[in-house]
Amino acid sequence: MKKKRLVIRTVILLLLGAAVAYTLYANFSSDDIRKVAINEKAPDFVLTDMEGNKHQLSDYEGQGVFLNFWGTWCKPCEKEMPYMNNQYKQFKEQGVQVLAVNINESDFAVNKFTSRYNLDFPIVIDKGEVMEAYGIGPLPTTFLVDKDGIVIKRLESGMTEAMIKGYMEEIKP
Amino acid sequence: MKEVICECGHHNPHGTVLCESCGKVLIEKDKDKKLLDMRYEGSARRSQTYNKTIIDKIWNFFSSVKVGVWLIVITLIASALGTIFPQEMYIPPVMPASEYYEDQYGWLGQLYYTLGFHNLYSSWWYLLLIASIGISIIIASLDRGIPLYRSLKTQRVTRHEGFLKRQRLFSVSEAGSEDQTFESVKEKLKAKRYRIREEDGNILAEKGRFSRWGPYVNHVGLIIFLIGGMLRFVPGMYVDEILWVREGETKVIPETDGQYYLENHEFILETYDKENSKEEFAAAIDDKGMVAKNFQSDVTLYKTKGETVHGETPQLEKVRDDSIRVNHPLKFEDLALYQVDYKLDELNQMTFALSNKETNEEYGDLTIDLYDPKDTYDLGNGYQVEIVSYFPDFEFDENSEPITKSRIPNNPAFVFKMFTPDKPEGEVSFVAIQQTIEPFTDNEYKMSFKAVETKDVTALTVRKDLTLWVLALGGFIFMIGVAQGSYWNHRRIWLRKVDGEVWMAGHTNKNWHGLKRDIASVIDGTDLNEPADQLDKKE
Repeated sequence: MKKKRLVIRTVILLLLGAAVAYTLYANFSSDDIRKVAINEKAPDFVLTDMEGNKHQLSDYEGQGVFLNFWGTWCKPCEKEMPYMNNQYKQFKEQGVQVLAVNINESDFAVNKFTSRYNLDFPIVIDKGEVMEAYGIGPLPTTFLVDKDGIVIKRLESGMTEAMIKGYMEEIKP
Repeated sequence: MKEVICECGHHNPHGTVLCESCGKVLIEKDKDKKLLDMRYEGSARRSQTYNKTIIDKIWNFFSSVKVGVWLIVITLIASALGTIFPQEMYIPPVMPASEYYEDQYGWLGQLYYTLGFHNLYSSWWYLLLIASIGISIIIASLDRGIPLYRSLKTQRVTRHEGFLKRQRLFSVSEAGSEDQTFESVKEKLKAKRYRIREEDGNILAEKGRFSRWGPYVNHVGLIIFLIGGMLRFVPGMYVDEILWVREGETKVIPETDGQYYLENHEFILETYDKENSKEEFAAAIDDKGMVAKNFQSDVTLYKTKGETVHGETPQLEKVRDDSIRVNHPLKFEDLALYQVDYKLDELNQMTFALSNKETNEEYGDLTIDLYDPKDTYDLGNGYQVEIVSYFPDFEFDENSEPITKSRIPNNPAFVFKMFTPDKPEGEVSFVAIQQTIEPFTDNEYKMSFKAVETKDVTALTVRKDLTLWVLALGGFIFMIGVAQGSYWNHRRIWLRKVDGEVWMAGHTNKNWHGLKRDIASVIDGTDLNEPADQLDKKE
């Protein structure tokens, strides 16, 4: 009798506790983060760069991809772009690709920016669809995608050159 | 834990106040009481009686009504605090929340932000409070509902003398022709839809027991409502996003996995016209200046054909044309698009003329698409204009350098280089709205502003809510419980023969006046004494 009571109470409390824990968890892993889950396959996309070449994410399997979302008006993006360029030159031969996705700006703005900073990595312009698929909030946002196309990290702030170097090490195949 | 065995032979759970079967008072200190506390039928609902393990302690904490009331009070206070200043999602996006609250509301605002009240309703502690109320409702209901059900199910017809005389309505009558009296009382009780049970010639008449379940039905409704609230956090159940679409633009609709696109043909804002309105409205129109009549977006919904990878230009298939107005959403699948906001006259194109400053002679026009400017504009005859820099949302930064705040052309500015036959190396001019700077020399030529083309932008809420029916069901059950508990009463009348006397007692959970009237009418014409209200006697 006493034992049965304890079991019933424990089961009910555990069920209620699980429901509460799930609600809290679901509330804090916000929608956007759920769109691109860490340790899962990055959503595939295809965008055209400033030279007219198409870049499809799935074509880069076998290489690590440093996927950066940015805008020309965004100060921290502007600051980290030259660092990314330096590190890109170091890691290009080691199988790390940089893809910089501009958020819906004009070709004019992107071209001016690219030539001003002499950027070598491909820059593609998204009209908003890829941004929606990746649930981009603040800029810059960077995803580290490994050689199997799996998202390893989501970074939502500007980076120093040392940080970029460390991240590229992480996704080096 | 020991069971309590009553003299009637019934085994009661530990902690029982009144025997579930005969109603005898089992707790010593309650035996001196004149009247019984009939809540929960004196059942062993307070599990505080067991307090052995940590599980029992948690259980008893949530079982307490006192704790439940405090949880509700704290939640109410917290909810009120969240309305002092606007929540983060409602503040205009002019500056980060960390600065906004201090800027707008001073040190109080800063405190508000620091304490996290700007996101109060989704904070972990607020959710925990709500969850605790839910747990408290469930446990308190289980702890009271089940013993109450047991007591009412086990109750015997022949109740203990001590139980009867401690009822609020009680009388003792001389027995005479009691068999005849009982028959007549029974008939009248039946006519009043009482259910009659008999045992050894004693009577229990009962009606409306189901009203006792009202609070528990009500709690079930509340729990379903809370589950509905919880479902919002489950992916795919609830969507609430905003979509800005410029006139002429086709955009992907969020949360459709790139399946649906929306084209905005035109945004329409209609206002009431003074001439065509009745006289009494004309005054209001004069007073307000403009009274909106209609906000409308004429749109086309498209679905993508075949498989497309994100970013690829999709093959669009028209689904239908529609006009979205306030309260007339565009609905497809589980989603609805509601008209929610708008922005009139956003700059889209600007036209300039290259002209001579002295003579004002013009050498041709150029029209710049502010969303897609070109590098150079050739005006023919050796006249050409190059855009050196473009700032869609121009301002000067702290170093007096021109920068752009965003990609939206709210305040466009250009650096032009003007090539003319007599100035083949070009003249540089910085042109913003109402402002021209010539950084190097006095120019001979200038860019004169000619015209601007604007477009309206509509804002639509993308809404999906699959939890609504759960909330409606919960609310409905809640109301059933309220009605059940409020519009019906649980009335019981006992008649027992004790040593040549007839003892009569009555109990109801509410509306004692109704019970008294019932009793008065059933004993009318018999020699039974009308039960006195022992609550009156005490005073």
